[in-house]
Amino acid sequence: MNIHEYQAKDILNGYFIPVPRGRVALTADQVERAAKEMGGHCVIKAQIYAGGRGKAGGVKLVQHPEQAQEFGKELFGKKLITPQTGPEGLRVRRILIEEAVEIAREFYLSITLDRESSRFCLIASAEGGIDIEEVARNSPDKIHLLNIDPFTGLQPFQARKIAIALGLTGTVCEDCVELIQNLYRCALEKDCLLIEINPLVETKAGWLMAMDAKINFDDNAMFRHREYPDMLDYSQLDPLEISAGKYDLSYIKLTGNVGCMVNGAGLAMATLDVLKEFGAEPANFLDVGGGSTREKVAEAFKIILQDCDVRGVFVNIFGGIMRCDVIAQGIIEAASEVQCRLPIVVRMDGSTVEEGKKLLLESGLNVQIGENLGDGASKIVAMLLKKTVA
Amino acid sequence: MSILLNKNSRILVQGITGRSGLFHTQQCREYGSNIVAGVTPGKGGIHIEGIPVFNTVEEAVLCTKADVSMIFVPPPAAADAILESADAGIVLAICITEGIPVRDMVLARRILDTKKMNLVGPNCPGVITPGQCKVGIMPGYIHKPGKIGVVSRSGTLTYEAVKQLSDMGMGQSTCVGIGGDPISGMKFIDCLNLFNKDPDTEAVFMIGEIGGNAEEDAALWIRDNMKKPVAAFIAGVTAPTGRRMGHAGAIITGGKGRAEDKIKILTECGVTVAASPTKMGEAMRDALR
Repeated sequence: MNIHEYQAKDILNGYFIPVPRGRVALTADQVERAAKEMGGHCVIKAQIYAGGRGKAGGVKLVQHPEQAQEFGKELFGKKLITPQTGPEGLRVRRILIEEAVEIAREFYLSITLDRESSRFCLIASAEGGIDIEEVARNSPDKIHLLNIDPFTGLQPFQARKIAIALGLTGTVCEDCVELIQNLYRCALEKDCLLIEINPLVETKAGWLMAMDAKINFDDNAMFRHREYPDMLDYSQLDPLEISAGKYDLSYIKLTGNVGCMVNGAGLAMATLDVLKEFGAEPANFLDVGGGSTREKVAEAFKIILQDCDVRGVFVNIFGGIMRCDVIAQGIIEAASEVQCRLPIVVRMDGSTVEEGKKLLLESGLNVQIGENLGDGASKIVAMLLKKTVA
Repeated sequence: MSILLNKNSRILVQGITGRSGLFHTQQCREYGSNIVAGVTPGKGGIHIEGIPVFNTVEEAVLCTKADVSMIFVPPPAAADAILESADAGIVLAICITEGIPVRDMVLARRILDTKKMNLVGPNCPGVITPGQCKVGIMPGYIHKPGKIGVVSRSGTLTYEAVKQLSDMGMGQSTCVGIGGDPISGMKFIDCLNLFNKDPDTEAVFMIGEIGGNAEEDAALWIRDNMKKPVAAFIAGVTAPTGRRMGHAGAIITGGKGRAEDKIKILTECGVTVAASPTKMGEAMRDALR
């Protein structure tokens, strides 16, 4: 789960990590008032669930409250398109106004999970700023990594080595040691999969400060953090992805026209691969999960059909223990409810396959049965072609 | 022979009184697995389907000599359940539970490094030695006893692969679903190593996915150590590039983890990679030639 920059900064502040003084605004007037409070000279930052905002025109240094208001007006309702948002972009609904800070140096600092060592890992670099990926690619020696042993945690001497590698000395170095330890404590206590400060700056006055912050919570740890769901900004999510989440379905919108319903993430990815191989473009990735019920299948089907790009549906369920007649009932129920006339191909495997097939074929829907993965994919492609010709 | 499980395995089920725990206990038993005990804290002393239930794994092991644990404990307590079986001297724990927090698994994994127990999963379909023993949620009927070892990060995609193998007359020695979680017990290499030493396994089919670099590591290991033919499939060739993880994930893997990179390195290391998920069985047959 992602949160906004201002929320991440609130959390960091709770762990004694300094952040610039700031306010969140929902209207351009609020932007102006907040700018006045900061003394006019301030930074206006669009709050969206994606990085790369600066280059997309979502961040600006202004000198007067009027200028802040003007920029606020321009930003609100605007869709920002960055490499991380996808082609549709994300609409700006909230703006962060922060005091301008005089920066002496910029660093990169983050804690994330390293799959290889199965441990959390601290990443730091003296080459802070926007293009950290490029630093990693071109000069990996400028990136400092530290795997954290969960038994010992992050010791001061380890943090000090990192601070020294960043070129810090004196009191700022000791401040950094404390900051790094607090960051690790925050990552653990708040169950963060990623916590990133980019840039971390040393101000001209000699203080460390988090100028930008990004946090990604572990969805699986939600039961320990009842406050997290309230932090979600639904305006930043695809409405179909929201309704899919309610039914515990994993749905990602894609750009094609063949709706897909599959159980299991691996099989779902493989199904997209097969469709492409046969010349079709999938409209979505949808994993209904292992233990699907009739209701869940029906909801999944309805979500697929809500996407108006969908011209046909491919269902691929390898149930095994799940009963195919129950799945068939779910499909029929949903398709009849929304009066779906689109071509449907169902490939099912598991117990009571024959009963399931019979139910589907007698349902009066525009449905064909795929005998296996390849057969199913070629059938939906053929049905779509026929429709376009006719 | 086979690996990990055989007809002599004595299985206990942690979380046996839960809905899916009980359902799959019955399914495994029908397949022929020897379920000797169940564990649910607070319900010790009762019998469920004739299986004695204990409060702790230690007690269950003492009374029934169980050596394998199948774990269906809900996510908040699952990491603790894994560690409890390690402490009680269980040889192999198979954790089906999906959704264990990463922080819990980081610690559990670190503790397991100091123990002898093997862990399969979490978030996995389990392990099956066809015709002998099934510990997990996979449909038993698609499997056939034979000489192909199967190891996979995926669940249902494994069923698809196994069905293709069985339909083409290639039975399996053991199928291991290692699970798709970022932190897991046994990795590809651990399973490949066991298959390599198992006289009943002639060849291995491996199923990978985009993300991480477990497949890359496995490829190099295969090149240097594997004495038997290996075929593979990698799901996600056409998956859109992830915009989920921020900068940090990309830095650690150095931009690796894409399907094409995995396929390239596997092929270079002598693995026959199926070009399409419809051709997994064919790839295995080609590798055996």
